Amino acid sequence: MNIHEYQTKELFRSYGMPVPEGRMAHSANKAVSVAEQVGGDGWVVKAQIHAGGRGKAGGVQLARSLDEVQQHAEKLIGSRLVTKQTGETGRMVNRVLVEQMQQIDKEYYLGLVIDRASQRITLIASASGGMDIEEVAAATPDQVINEVVDPAVGLQDFQCRKVAAAIGLNGKQIIKAGRVMKQLYRCFRDKDALMVEINPLVTTQDGQFLALDGKMSFDGNALFRQPEIADLRDFDEEDPKEVEASGHDLNYIALDGGVGCIVNGAGLAMATMDAISLYGGRPANFLDVGGGASPEKIANAFRIVLEDPNVKVLLLNIYAGINRCDWIAEGIVKAMADQTIEVPIVVRLAGTNLEAGRKILSESGLDYIHADRLSDAAEKAVRAVNGEVV
Amino acid sequence: MSILVNKDSRVIFQGFTGQHATFHAQEAIRMGTNVVGGVTPGKGGETHIDRPVFDTVKDAVAETGADVSVVFVPPPFSADAIMEAIEAGIEVIVVITDGVPVQDMVRVKRYLIGHDAIIIGPNTAGVITPEECKVGIMPAHIYPKGRIGLVSRSGTLNYEAVEQMSELGLGISTSISIGGDPVNGCDFLTLMKQFADDPETDAVLMIGEIGGSQEVDAATWAKAHMDKPLIGFIAGATAPPGRTMGHAGAIISGESDTAQAKMRRLDELGVSVVQNAAEIGQTVLQSVNGRSNERDEAANPSCVSSV
Repeated sequence: MNIHEYQTKELFRSYGMPVPEGRMAHSANKAVSVAEQVGGDGWVVKAQIHAGGRGKAGGVQLARSLDEVQQHAEKLIGSRLVTKQTGETGRMVNRVLVEQMQQIDKEYYLGLVIDRASQRITLIASASGGMDIEEVAAATPDQVINEVVDPAVGLQDFQCRKVAAAIGLNGKQIIKAGRVMKQLYRCFRDKDALMVEINPLVTTQDGQFLALDGKMSFDGNALFRQPEIADLRDFDEEDPKEVEASGHDLNYIALDGGVGCIVNGAGLAMATMDAISLYGGRPANFLDVGGGASPEKIANAFRIVLEDPNVKVLLLNIYAGINRCDWIAEGIVKAMADQTIEVPIVVRLAGTNLEAGRKILSESGLDYIHADRLSDAAEKAVRAVNGEVV
Repeated sequence: MSILVNKDSRVIFQGFTGQHATFHAQEAIRMGTNVVGGVTPGKGGETHIDRPVFDTVKDAVAETGADVSVVFVPPPFSADAIMEAIEAGIEVIVVITDGVPVQDMVRVKRYLIGHDAIIIGPNTAGVITPEECKVGIMPAHIYPKGRIGLVSRSGTLNYEAVEQMSELGLGISTSISIGGDPVNGCDFLTLMKQFADDPETDAVLMIGEIGGSQEVDAATWAKAHMDKPLIGFIAGATAPPGRTMGHAGAIISGESDTAQAKMRRLDELGVSVVQNAAEIGQTVLQSVNGRSNERDEAANPSCVSSV
């Protein structure tokens, strides 16, 4: 689960970390009053969307006067911002963050992730701040410092000093940077984060560290014990269909092809999409109905997938383990009774209670395309998209 | 032989009296698994599905000699249950629970250091050695006994592969789903090493997915140390970058995470790479046959010297 920059910075502030003076505003007028309150003679107006690449896309504007704050905020709020991470349609900007402009001396990168190789929280730092850290790591790997944290004792001071020295800091800066690292680590650990990034962490001309940007994502599996983090979720930043699907305990991701997919299990769902592509088609979505799919769940899956106007054929591929083919078949019958379905439907069932499932389908008199195997199912679905009679 | 579990395994269930644990314990017993009891704190001394219930794993081990545990404990309490099993000396801990917080698993992996236990999961379909022991939620009847070792992340894709192989007459020595989480108890490499040493496994099928480097790490080791055919598939060639594809760990965070990049690396490492999930069975069969032909030639030098 991701949160906005202004929310991240409020969290940082609560851990004592240095962030620029500033606040979020929903309107241009509010943006001006925030600028007046935080003071200074220059401000930064930053569009608050979850996608990165805002700077290059015009989502971060400098203002030298309150009038300019007003103008930038007016232009950004209510507009759609297209960045390299948003796709062509962009994201609606509903709020901006207004901050004091800073006199920057140097830029650094500081972040924490759960490193999959060491399976531990790992501190990442670089003297190449303000750039995409993955690009830095690919081009100049020696510029990226990794320090693995032992979960039994947490991030230690000596590790912070080591990292600070390795990114070229010296003197008192080593101690100050170490303080920021430990605050960031505590925030990450306490809040069940998966990733936090300060890019850039800057030093100002009077020698202070400041988190100029902040990005944070959290473990969805830990939200049960992080209610205040769960409250920060912004549903406007998510695909409404994905939100609706998750409400029905379905895992749905919209794609742009013509073959709608309903599958059980994430691995089989991905493999089914891949097979469709190998037979020359394109999947319209990823959808995992999970284990124990009730008839209601299958019917909801049908509805969600068929709401996508690009879907020209529906492919249902279920390998029942803890699922049961008879439940799945009942779900198909229910779904097809509840709604008018105008696209061909390919059904491949396998596993537990297969015969009972097939019997329900054949006795229902429903019009569907039967497939025995994965290959069969993918091929028939692609042929049906192309308008062939299968 | 087989790996991890067999007919001599003494199995307990943690969270024994819950609905799902009860159902799957019954299924395991039906297949012949030696389920010796279970643990539900507060219900020690009771009997459940004709087996004793214990308050602690320590008691269960002391009374029954259990060496394998299947964990059905809900996410907020899973890490604690796993560590309890580790501390009690359980050798194989299979964590079925889906939704265990990642940082909990980071702490569990730290606690594991210095102990010999193997953790499978979380978020796994489990482990099965056909006709001997089932510690998981997979449908046992689709797993014929045989000589292919199978290790996958996914459960249902594992079933799919088993069906394709069984249609071609290939059975399974042991099958393991390691689960879809980014920090999991046991990686592909650990199991690859066990399969390499197992005299009842002739070839290994590894079914991975986008994200992380576990498949490549295992194949790198196998190239240097394992003299058995290794067949590999990576799901997620059509997955968009930056999205979590159902499994928390299935996310493309960089070029090396993509299915294409991983399959390319596996190919370079001598793995028989399956491009289409519908051809997993065929590819395994060809690899096994190819290898036995090579063996026949090696065992019969006249074929070579006559040239």
